[in-house]
Amino acid sequence: MSKQTEEVLIDVRNVNRIYYDTTGKETIALQNVDLEIRKGELISFIGPSGCGKTTLLRLIAGLDLPQSGSVFMENILIEKPGYERGYVFQQAALFPWKTVEENIAIGLKARNIFKQKKGHIKEYIDMIGLTGFEKAYPHEISGGMAQRVAIARALINKPKVLLLDEPLGALDAFTRIDLQNTIRKIWKDTGTTIALVTHDVDEAIYLSDRIVIMTPRPGKINEIIQVKLGDKRDRNDDEFIILRRRVLEKLELAGAHYTSKLNDPVELSNIRWPGEAI
Amino acid sequence: MEKTIKIKQVVSDIDVNIYWKPKSKIWFFASVAAVIVALTVSIFVPNVQAVTNLPYQFFLVGFIIVLSVLWVISQSVDSLRKILYQKSQFFFAVGIVLAVWDLLSTKSGFLQIPFFPGPAQIINVIFTEREILLLSTYYSMRLFFVGLISGILLGIITGVLIGWNRQWNYWLFPVIKVTGVIPAVAWIPVAIVIFPDSFSAGVFLIAIASWFSVAFMVSTGISSTPKVYYEVAKTLGAKESFLLFHIAIPNAVPDIFTGISTATGFAFLTLIVSEMVGAKAGLGWYINWAKAWSAYDKVYASIIIMAVAFSIILGLLTIVRNYVLRWKKGIVK
Repeated sequence: MSKQTEEVLIDVRNVNRIYYDTTGKETIALQNVDLEIRKGELISFIGPSGCGKTTLLRLIAGLDLPQSGSVFMENILIEKPGYERGYVFQQAALFPWKTVEENIAIGLKARNIFKQKKGHIKEYIDMIGLTGFEKAYPHEISGGMAQRVAIARALINKPKVLLLDEPLGALDAFTRIDLQNTIRKIWKDTGTTIALVTHDVDEAIYLSDRIVIMTPRPGKINEIIQVKLGDKRDRNDDEFIILRRRVLEKLELAGAHYTSKLNDPVELSNIRWPGEAI
Repeated sequence: MEKTIKIKQVVSDIDVNIYWKPKSKIWFFASVAAVIVALTVSIFVPNVQAVTNLPYQFFLVGFIIVLSVLWVISQSVDSLRKILYQKSQFFFAVGIVLAVWDLLSTKSGFLQIPFFPGPAQIINVIFTEREILLLSTYYSMRLFFVGLISGILLGIITGVLIGWNRQWNYWLFPVIKVTGVIPAVAWIPVAIVIFPDSFSAGVFLIAIASWFSVAFMVSTGISSTPKVYYEVAKTLGAKESFLLFHIAIPNAVPDIFTGISTATGFAFLTLIVSEMVGAKAGLGWYINWAKAWSAYDKVYASIIIMAVAFSIILGLLTIVRNYVLRWKKGIVK
């Protein structure tokens, strides 16, 4: 951790989160997790399913609470969700009865500042490149467009941190890359802190300043990798490929058991191969 | 070559789904001819029963005029032409049935008065009794709407309470579940005792009939709101009341309409039965009164009025529903 002087936005301190299923069997989703997220950085969480990356994001959002330990934002304990921490879910979860424009406006309405701020809606529609679709209903737009709306919906509140929970997980490769560029652009333009959960190694390297590698059962942080690739990132760059190999190796060491899962077609389909053309 | 095949495929898909009946002009002209046949029968075949044929003949002429006007308009309106031609076979059958029915009743006496009057007789009764029928329809509709709307409002309020609040759910849901299965007309004896007049008793019965189905569907809709919607709203800064009024209730709107459709059916039934039992006005009362005089032509006349009125109400409900639920996939073409 070389940049300790930088201002800390989110502080996760010694957090434990255990889930119990109906039979009383316990799953340790997070064990003794410590993490600092700095103001303005783009940090991503990567790891196999069950490593607690989504749980961690939900704890930061305030959608879930830890059994022990605490999560702070600017030294204030996070106890419940709030608009300062925007959250984008894997399924865009747009409200189907509202148009694109109305979905984006919800944050303003929920905070009773719709009248003062409604002029901003257009700005955010432009930012995500959905001009012309303002009056469309969610069932009329594609999955990628819906995810863009979900991002704009969170951004209109000018959150201090934008939490993205595998927002591109359900999209095809073309849409995914397109949206990765959009996310990076939004990050550059707005300066918002972004925390991204992903299972795509390339996505993590392409977007992040730091990559948090997590291990499952019990879920904990294995290593945090600094990505020093600069602004222009090329997925076929030598440094990129070296970093990709390093992350993949870490994931294998981190208990992802990729080799043993090669026989499992479901697991196999979740693996993003480094050699795969994107 | 490939292109033409594809286009043909698309057109035939639409035909199969909506306009699957023959679209040739022949059936349209056949339908007009059938109505003309019915008119000819009425004018030229001598009556056996003593019936005034004139209103019926006017009706048939009106039918022909409407068909012709629609045909003229449809020559420039594509969608109307398709619908008109699609319905042509049915109109043809209507004309034939009217002619045969007329022959069997008024013209031959095979179907006997008073129990099985002919079309001329029924339409004549609608014409001569128009004032009392109109008044009866007005009273029925007034009772119907006051009862149904209060039932729907009560249903929405209780449904929201049951679906949203645990305490209300605990106390009210069992009540709704048990009383909801009782046909509202079973309360008629109670309603007569409690309420000062037949109108308020009728409102009570219709409201009860529609209340439960709406309440049940609304509570289902509210409690089935996906959890992720609430989470999204909370991370956007929403308070409890916002979650209820902007998330849970809009999410329940399709279910509210399902409840209202069911409620409307129950309300029709309750309306007519309660009017038959206690009221001194309305279509249900009129049927009962006509039956007492063995005036079956009047019974049929009021049944026809009911069919028309209720179809219009259901049609309007569908229009409102399609407009309100325009955000839903597959509802709007």
